Amino acid sequence: MAVVMFVSHDGETHTASLDAGQSLMQVATNNAVPGVDGDCGGEAACGTCHVIVDPQWSERVGLSGPDEEQMLAMNPEREPTSRLSCQMAVCDAWDGLTVRLPEFQM
Amino acid sequence: MTGQRAVIVGASHAGAQLAASLRQEGWTGEVVLVGDESALPYQRPPLSKALLAGKSTLEDLAIRSAAFYAKQEIQLLDATIKSIDRTAGHLVLGNGESLGYDKLALCTGARPRRLLVPGALLGGVYYLRTAKDVELIRGAASPGRRAVIVGGGYVGLETAASLRALGLDVTVLEATGRVLERVTAPEVSAFFERIHRDAGVSIRTNALVEAIAGDTQVREVFLSSGESIPADFVIVGIGVEPNTELASASGLVVDNGIAIDDRARTSDPGIVAAGDCTSRTMASHGRRVRLECVPSAGEQAKVAAATLCGKAKEITALPWFWSDQYDVKLQIAGLNTGYDEVVLSGDPRQDRDFTCFYLRHGVLIAADCVNRPRDFMLTKRLLAQGAPLLGRAELVVPDLTDIRG
Repeated sequence: MAVVMFVSHDGETHTASLDAGQSLMQVATNNAVPGVDGDCGGEAACGTCHVIVDPQWSERVGLSGPDEEQMLAMNPEREPTSRLSCQMAVCDAWDGLTVRLPEFQM
Repeated sequence: MTGQRAVIVGASHAGAQLAASLRQEGWTGEVVLVGDESALPYQRPPLSKALLAGKSTLEDLAIRSAAFYAKQEIQLLDATIKSIDRTAGHLVLGNGESLGYDKLALCTGARPRRLLVPGALLGGVYYLRTAKDVELIRGAASPGRRAVIVGGGYVGLETAASLRALGLDVTVLEATGRVLERVTAPEVSAFFERIHRDAGVSIRTNALVEAIAGDTQVREVFLSSGESIPADFVIVGIGVEPNTELASASGLVVDNGIAIDDRARTSDPGIVAAGDCTSRTMASHGRRVRLECVPSAGEQAKVAAATLCGKAKEITALPWFWSDQYDVKLQIAGLNTGYDEVVLSGDPRQDRDFTCFYLRHGVLIAADCVNRPRDFMLTKRLLAQGAPLLGRAELVVPDLTDIRG
């Protein structure tokens, strides 16, 4: 079973199974991962599903697109590998992916 | 709380979030989420957009998967509720059975306001609030047919955009002098009228519907001016009314919505409520406000869950909204009620991206951001911080990035 790890701001790890076809935000909310809200349901409209991709993975999962970029630009916790997880369609090849969560979803 | 049962009435955004949050807050007893639509709790905003346009299915719109509810031991119950017996601590279901509760949450939502004119009950007159409504509209929406939309609010305009994309002939009838009259500045209304007209929608303002005519099916819509507009079907989007009957019949205080406090408690402190059905006193307004908005429903639900678990959380988040029409993404931060000045960044008369900032007594209170996610996020952040409160001088700088932090 392919899995992804969400590491909270205070270092707690939540492991969730990857269901190909879902967004990474859906993987988080369907597995009750705290710290990912996804208030707008996946429209890149709210910015509450911010994750920071482990730099070792960023090439494989890709960097933020232009819409995401605009949403993330004003975020004080923004890092070079920041993404909106609703814009990341997961696949089995992402088995073992680790993302960090910001302290606040704004 | 082990061995206790929490019942949530209403399985929409607020209800689904409340159920999930109860588990996150450590509720170990039963959770029963009661809804009267057979589908898993689903997102409503995409109904007039992606679902209507055929770009997504109802399954895509599920807020959380069936596996989530199973794993979190959240029981989904398909039922209607007839009444609440607060003394006995149980609900009477539509089929006459009773369902006991130790904790109760009301997330009964809102329903579309009905159009009360002759002919409003003819076949082909639709409303848009549920997935079922969209299914009916999709059945009627074949290319080339003539749709008349009553109401130039967000639902009406989003529906117009989706139907144009499907190749229909679309007329929007707005009773006031401009679309979005209740919620935006005239400059923003003019922008939306422009982009809809450019897309081929006929927008009629000051258009009061007097009657709908036809034999069994809609044939035309009569305006108070005496004009008639031919229609193959009609969609009414003239606002919503909160579902408060259950609450008021059980003696809870209702004041333009089920009255709640900052901890989502109703006038019975053992019962919480969240979402479109509630009203809450907002310090910024000095009166009760009822918000029709998903983010607010989610926030209230999180606080309500904490309250039921005996934790002290307060509703503080700033309201925000969004709307998609054609290639235009509108994001709104804050509430502009009572604004006395607007500051524009960009030119809504010709651009497809601009921001309209709303000020009251010289201080920023809200912004309508059109294809400007950065302005939206910045405004959201500044309003949430409560400081610095910006006035006109700071807002007209060419690049808002200059004033971040």
